[in-house]
Amino acid sequence: MKYQPVIGLEVHVQLKTDTKIFCGCSTQFGAEPNSQTCPVCLGLPGALPVLNRKVVEFAIKAGLSTNCSITPRSIFARKNYFYPDLPKGYQISQFEDPICQRGWLEIKLEGEEPKRIGITRIHMEEDAGKLVHGDVTGLDDGSGVDLNRACTPLLEVVSEPDLRSSDEAVVYLKKLHQIVTWLGICDGNMEEGSFRCDANVSVMPVGSDTLGTRAEVKNVNSFKFVKQAIEYEIQRQIDLIEDGGKVVQETRLFDPNSGTTRSMRSKEEAHDYRYFPDPDLVPLDIDNDWINRIRQGLPELPEQRRQRFVAELGLPDYDAEVLTASRAVAEYFEAGVEAHGNAKLVANWVMGEITRALNDRGTSIETCPVTPIQLAELLKLIDSGTISGKIAKTVFDEMWQSGKAPQTIVQEQGLVQVSDSGAIEAIIDEIMAANAGQVEEYRGGKEKVFGFFVGQIMKASKGKANPTVVNELLLNKLKG
Amino acid sequence: MKITIAEVEHVARLARLELAEEEINLFAGQMDAILEYVEKLKELNTEGIVPIAHVEVLMGSVFPFREDAVQSPIGLDRALSNAPKPAGSFFAVPKVIE
Repeated sequence: MKYQPVIGLEVHVQLKTDTKIFCGCSTQFGAEPNSQTCPVCLGLPGALPVLNRKVVEFAIKAGLSTNCSITPRSIFARKNYFYPDLPKGYQISQFEDPICQRGWLEIKLEGEEPKRIGITRIHMEEDAGKLVHGDVTGLDDGSGVDLNRACTPLLEVVSEPDLRSSDEAVVYLKKLHQIVTWLGICDGNMEEGSFRCDANVSVMPVGSDTLGTRAEVKNVNSFKFVKQAIEYEIQRQIDLIEDGGKVVQETRLFDPNSGTTRSMRSKEEAHDYRYFPDPDLVPLDIDNDWINRIRQGLPELPEQRRQRFVAELGLPDYDAEVLTASRAVAEYFEAGVEAHGNAKLVANWVMGEITRALNDRGTSIETCPVTPIQLAELLKLIDSGTISGKIAKTVFDEMWQSGKAPQTIVQEQGLVQVSDSGAIEAIIDEIMAANAGQVEEYRGGKEKVFGFFVGQIMKASKGKANPTVVNELLLNKLKG
Repeated sequence: MKITIAEVEHVARLARLELAEEEINLFAGQMDAILEYVEKLKELNTEGIVPIAHVEVLMGSVFPFREDAVQSPIGLDRALSNAPKPAGSFFAVPKVIE
């Protein structure tokens, strides 16, 4: 039998606020355990949570950018369960009436039609603390609890079960990641857990309209692992059904080392969260003025920008896609275009030399030592014929190393292109005299030798000879 | 009796409470009485009335926001001062295996 996978994703987006969602403790990553805590996030009796306004703003931004409606009155609820990393014995979350509802994102796989993936809801909640095992705690037998992360603001973005393959899931996830980082509401760091994904996976016979029983796969913290975990889980369920077994609704943990998933919680701990409205937090009313102010302050989103790059700057689709991968790249590119004028040329350099240099050094465009203005100046030197495209790459590397202006480097190192035909002719004569044999070969019909001469001439001129002029003069002279 | 013994045991387990048999029977009876009262309330016609979990809503109070400004934490010593068994900077708990 053929099976159709059905996938829905729950993504936890850690918000880039300075303080926690319900108290003024810092959210800075990497501090000494339990040093960023107070009675609220420690869950001490009598402490009252007070909502961080910025969390609501960020949630609205996320909702507006994913085509959601913003709930006029949203409610905070207590989700009750016991776990050592949860000091209050409940997590403040949203259950009925989350802040954003009924949105969608459009994804497009190569060679396929665009497809809308529904977003059921986005709600605000607090993170739990962190459990630490092993030597760092100094405990022989036991676990350590660090509550620095407790009460850190999260958005949970829940998709509809609209995804039909691991590839669709990854594309959707990347799109969501692009939007929240673009908006500046999340740093997007998956290794540090700022963007985490749980996948609900089920399979059903092709043509069926009854969804199969789903398993929830947790702990998938990279795009690669999301693909791996989903593919493993699909195959596990198919094998189970083919062997006459039944899929159990359960939580499974992905193990990145083996690429497999395993059952995580026993039946006794079956979900029974007994949600109820949190008496400590009154309903949150959001008026249209607030929503409109946030809407007006939204940046141009990646999709709009991509379309504008094609329509206004005349870039090919591929270039527009690459240059809107992140807001920083798009902004760098546009600043370059503004300073230079030729969008395609700037695009080639950003996608070529700059990307190569960034990758070589394992860094990102935010820390690029060559500014877009400097890049434009370099490209202008090519336009004016002062340097060749090849020399420009050398100058670019030097700019990266020293931070000097391109004009300075060209002058200091005498890299100005030689276009003067007299000077180039002299070099050509010299090379031809020294390689009389090859000249005969060329004249005898072996035209391949032409490249040899060009190479020798460029070498003799230290790369400074204008290649167009060289080609023209050389051809004339060889033809004699 | 609408509340079963099994339901009382389930709720007790969720709340991490250990109940003696006579307590289970006692609470089953009490929970039953509470639910009966709720049933009585349900007889009222509440159509068109928005559920309200807070009286503040009726009073029209302004939502008390906090601005995103860092305040001093209480410090590691005070944070751990009630811990029965701190370990370095951590709260120590029985080993948790996932």
